[in-house]
Amino acid sequence: MAEREQKKRKTSESDKSSTESNELASSRNEELSSELDELLDEIDEVLETNAEEFVKNYVQKGGE
Amino acid sequence: MALRRIYGTETEYGIIHRGVKDSNPISASSFLINAYLSKTSGPGVGPYSPTVGWDFIDESPDIDIRGFAPIGSLPPEIEPNLVNAVLINGSRYYVDHAHPELSTPECLDPLSLLKWDRAGDEILINSMSAANEALPEGEEIIIYKNNSDGKGNSYGCHENYLVSRETPFGRIVQHATTHFISRQIFTGAGKVGTEVTGEKRMEVPFQLTQRADFFEEEVGLETTLKRPIINTRDEPHADPLKYRRLHVIVGDANLCEVSTFLKLGTTGIVMAMIEDDFLDNRLKIADPVHALREVSRDMSLEAPIRLEDGKTATALSLQWELFERSDKYISEFGYENVGGESVLKVMDYWEKVLSALGSNPDELFGFLDWVTKKKIIDSYADRHNLEVEDYKLSALDLQYHDLRPEMSLFSRISSEKIISREEIALAVENPPDETRAFFRGRCLQKWPENVIIANWDSMVFDTGDQNLHRVPMMEPLKGTAQHVGDLIDNCETVIELIESISETV
Repeated sequence: MAEREQKKRKTSESDKSSTESNELASSRNEELSSELDELLDEIDEVLETNAEEFVKNYVQKGGE
Repeated sequence: MALRRIYGTETEYGIIHRGVKDSNPISASSFLINAYLSKTSGPGVGPYSPTVGWDFIDESPDIDIRGFAPIGSLPPEIEPNLVNAVLINGSRYYVDHAHPELSTPECLDPLSLLKWDRAGDEILINSMSAANEALPEGEEIIIYKNNSDGKGNSYGCHENYLVSRETPFGRIVQHATTHFISRQIFTGAGKVGTEVTGEKRMEVPFQLTQRADFFEEEVGLETTLKRPIINTRDEPHADPLKYRRLHVIVGDANLCEVSTFLKLGTTGIVMAMIEDDFLDNRLKIADPVHALREVSRDMSLEAPIRLEDGKTATALSLQWELFERSDKYISEFGYENVGGESVLKVMDYWEKVLSALGSNPDELFGFLDWVTKKKIIDSYADRHNLEVEDYKLSALDLQYHDLRPEMSLFSRISSEKIISREEIALAVENPPDETRAFFRGRCLQKWPENVIIANWDSMVFDTGDQNLHRVPMMEPLKGTAQHVGDLIDNCETVIELIESISETV
């Protein structure tokens, strides 16, 4: 009994959330390109000025 | 019946110290942590009592879960002289090798662990500001939450799951390996290039994970050389007759909350299914080390993985199988022992993520790190017409993980949030209620001057009399808010606490 209730609850919750997430996904798709454009517009302001030097100087010791 | 799951993570962060000639990562890490501790300490308010040390008595990282150590294997080293602090939220914050490392408090469900994992990032961000205020002008310490420097040096983000000592280790190896290889499709933090010896770096322009390049064995004790997919360190920091700790070293450090949440949540469910022997043998991967790399390099998500029964499967189809099996498991066994209602959230995100990976992975921008990073890098390369070898693309990769809020590419995009800012702020200052971390954190909040030593499974108090008082905490499910919350609230002094504990325990 408890198991069935649990299952039912899960199913109804995931139905609800999958409808919500479908809507979310389509609106996100539209937002995505404008958000990316914005990020690309401003990325050069924050990107390390000398990319090659930055990448070569990023050296870590192994850990763990 | 599966044990009540206990979860935790340990994250080593990348560190650079700019503006000095010969920077030393060990002293930079110590400086960083000490700057945080001195900025935030003080009786009753700070996360640390300067007198509290870490107790190494119970640390034995060279004990192998299989009961033996293969000839030639190297036990991990312990470095007891480096900075090693215990925080009021129950975390341990220390220098490990040449990195700052933060171990979360013990948590009872994946949602709670996500919260304290995010609190850990916040502590590192606060440490960076504290350190940079204290450094001379022109110097700066910068922290990265990633796992590799792109030159063959890797550092880990380890997960810990307490599992039943009764569960045969061979069963854990078989099923966990299948999960660790296939889960890369949502746990990967993304990486530009390969770091496998003998390969040209840009032979692999982009791969799903930071870590797959570094694994050479299926099972073993090492974490720094010849890394194994299943690590056998057997150090439960708890009653060894009841628990073993599965120490998972194969994962990436994630910035996307959904990636972290799924990494922990799905693995927690898989562990429960292993304990209850709910998985069958069909999904055994034939050559795990090879498959781990193949999956990481397969941007189509369609590469066939060879199974031991001669059939093949894709990482995505293996994950769907594990998802369906988990769904069945939860409806038969319930979810209480895996992490309560947060498990339903895990199932919802798991399903959503697998569906999108099968149809349009771009939808997962802001949900999964590799998707997000790849999209940023690809779009930037398109816009500026860059070749794959261009250093700017590697720079973008690194800067995705930069924890400085103004420089982090990750923090510039709107990612899916599971935890609120307020919850993270609370988790920086407080331990979780549901485990022994509560006792550790609350005692440090209330009596920092009386705590001499803290460890995962014990604390030592100085009450002012001749003897020090050691309080063992071998059971992670005791010392919770429910058990000792009122007791701690009602004790004015630590002497009262120790007396009450000796009466009740």
